[in-house]
Amino acid sequence: MEMVRSHILVCAGTGCTSSRSPEILEALEKELAQQGLDKEVRVVKTGCFGLCALGPIMVVYPEGAFYSMVTPDDVPEIVSEHILKGRIVTRLLYQETVVDDSTIKNLNHTKFYEKQLRVALRNCGVINPEKIEEYIALDGYEALGRVLTSMQPQEVIDVVKASGLRGRGGAGFPTGMKWQFAMQSAGDIKYVCCNADEGDPGAFMDRSVLEGDPHVVLEAMTIAGYAIGAHQGYIYVRAEYPIAIHRLEIAIAQAREMGFLGENIFESGFDFDIELRLGSGAFVCGEETALMTSIEGNRGEPRYRPPFPAVKGLFGKPTILNNVETYANIPQIFIKGAEWFSSMGTETSKGTKVFCLVGKITNTGLVEIPMGTTLREIIEEIGGGIPNGKKFKAAQTGGPSGGCIPAALIDTHIDYENLTAIGAMMGSGGLIVMDEDTCMVDIARYFLDFTVDESCGKCVPCRIGTKRLLEMLDKIVEGKGTVEMLDEMQELCNHIKDNSLCALGQTAPNPVLSTLRYFKDEYMAHVVDKKCPAGVCKDLLSYSIIAEKCKGCTACARVCPVGAISGVVKEPHTIDTDKCIKCGACIEKCKFDAIVKV
Amino acid sequence: MKSLAELAKLREQMQSEVNLRHDSASDTRVVVGMATCGIAAGARPVLSAFVEEVSRRQLKNIMVTQTGCIGMCALEPIVEVTAPGQDKITYVKMTPEKVSKIVSDHLVNGIPVTEYTVGAQQ
Repeated sequence: MEMVRSHILVCAGTGCTSSRSPEILEALEKELAQQGLDKEVRVVKTGCFGLCALGPIMVVYPEGAFYSMVTPDDVPEIVSEHILKGRIVTRLLYQETVVDDSTIKNLNHTKFYEKQLRVALRNCGVINPEKIEEYIALDGYEALGRVLTSMQPQEVIDVVKASGLRGRGGAGFPTGMKWQFAMQSAGDIKYVCCNADEGDPGAFMDRSVLEGDPHVVLEAMTIAGYAIGAHQGYIYVRAEYPIAIHRLEIAIAQAREMGFLGENIFESGFDFDIELRLGSGAFVCGEETALMTSIEGNRGEPRYRPPFPAVKGLFGKPTILNNVETYANIPQIFIKGAEWFSSMGTETSKGTKVFCLVGKITNTGLVEIPMGTTLREIIEEIGGGIPNGKKFKAAQTGGPSGGCIPAALIDTHIDYENLTAIGAMMGSGGLIVMDEDTCMVDIARYFLDFTVDESCGKCVPCRIGTKRLLEMLDKIVEGKGTVEMLDEMQELCNHIKDNSLCALGQTAPNPVLSTLRYFKDEYMAHVVDKKCPAGVCKDLLSYSIIAEKCKGCTACARVCPVGAISGVVKEPHTIDTDKCIKCGACIEKCKFDAIVKV
Repeated sequence: MKSLAELAKLREQMQSEVNLRHDSASDTRVVVGMATCGIAAGARPVLSAFVEEVSRRQLKNIMVTQTGCIGMCALEPIVEVTAPGQDKITYVKMTPEKVSKIVSDHLVNGIPVTEYTVGAQQ
């Protein structure tokens, strides 16, 4: 029997992969073989640990030493010190886990992990996603076995309903109800689809689940297939996620091999199979009808609802479509029970939610929190606050469909209803943190620019409406806006919302509406005073040198690419604003803080 | 895959693949001194014997790990066993042959093997 005394887990998610974790894996295997340790130490490639800001991440068990920002050059030291001699390499540990030279704190007691509750992400960073055996060792496919051998489809749906699970893709529709509608639709051919077309800027939770725990999605889809009476599933995943696709392909092959997919699963007489469909990255294909149109082989355009997909979906047959994270919750609901799931969260929003914490935040990464956690806990405790001593200004949830939550509402308890009430939305889970240097008009313009690009063009309110809205925002940031324009924008936003065909258009004005609601003063500063308070909009600011602070060191004059700065050595310099291109190079160079944006 | 029983059997087999990866605060720690002095005195076969014995008996909540020089190089190989809430027991001049007794008496039944401890040597 092979004796293994230590496991070295190396993150192979996209974040750590892009910061050279494959090289670390290679160096590790080489070094262990050289030291003759390759038989007693196992190297395990895992999914995302969540603390992407500190990647590449490596965890050594049984000690549970959490190494961060590891480079391939650190590998020999880790092997010879930690693995061979048992001395943990303190300098590479995640600093918060270091208690003293010989003691390390458990990772779950660090600020980043302490408030988290991992349900959808429970296997991410724990198992090797390319080994079905490791998934099985942690209760994998147990739920499917129980469902197929001891439950009727209606019982399955009743459990999902009782759990209170709601769609994690954004809208929050109750999952059990969706399954019920599809089950009740007549027809012998039905489909189960998985929406893995994650397209919001700054969102990567679905990718992380697929990369870290692909089998959970396969298991849940098979359960869904049994519940509604479908025999074929499709996962629609974007081609921009090569690692996720690769691991899904491996997972599907393994599941077929072991009989978790295919004919007569668990000898129950139930057949089910899953295929991948790769999307080429159109944002609109995250909308359910457009996604199905794309699977059918047509151009990804939405269509009018009703009929809803549960009645007439893919290839005209009853279909359910759930998001990756929604599926990731399903197997555990059957193992631990609907009551367990509904005990987490708030009155209307049960369970947990995964958020991608990005922007001006110390601990960039992937976090899963119980519903009802406040924004303050996420940003200040889990996220470690705003870097460089800056002030928190707003958080944006829901990407291009969502809205901004201002600092005044930082104590909002996060759930579907609360976020909608304050003009934001849950969305799929992107959470972009902004500090005082962010211009809210510019942010609204950025998101709108995205939706203008991504509008499929089928309906007029979205295709033309968003374009006109963007033109107004362009004028405002250029200093050509008027107060009347703000009212016109408001009116146009409402038109687009009310009249667009699909959710893309219906939600596209949200970034504008929510910034108008909470940051009207910033819009006014742009249109009335022609100033950008955050100092972002180039056309509304000019650079100048404070004569009293300037020492005449000439550093700025030498770095200016257009020669706009002049002056005599050891005398205060001046900037020719006509020549200045506002690149900011001089501000970075000045040691005396003598250059300001006004 | 034919039945839940078959799945449960497979899961049981696979558990050893992943059971190293958990929060180990409540584990009994078996620490083998693996500095140059320990390795030279034969600590490596002792470590392997512990790993082998613990996994053969499928013991849960035992963490076999290693440390640097414990300080009494003349008495190497040294193994320290710390059960939660109890004092540390230090075994000295360890050999692979002594391991199975320590595992059965101390780790399984909670009775330290006094004759192998540092106290008995002095």
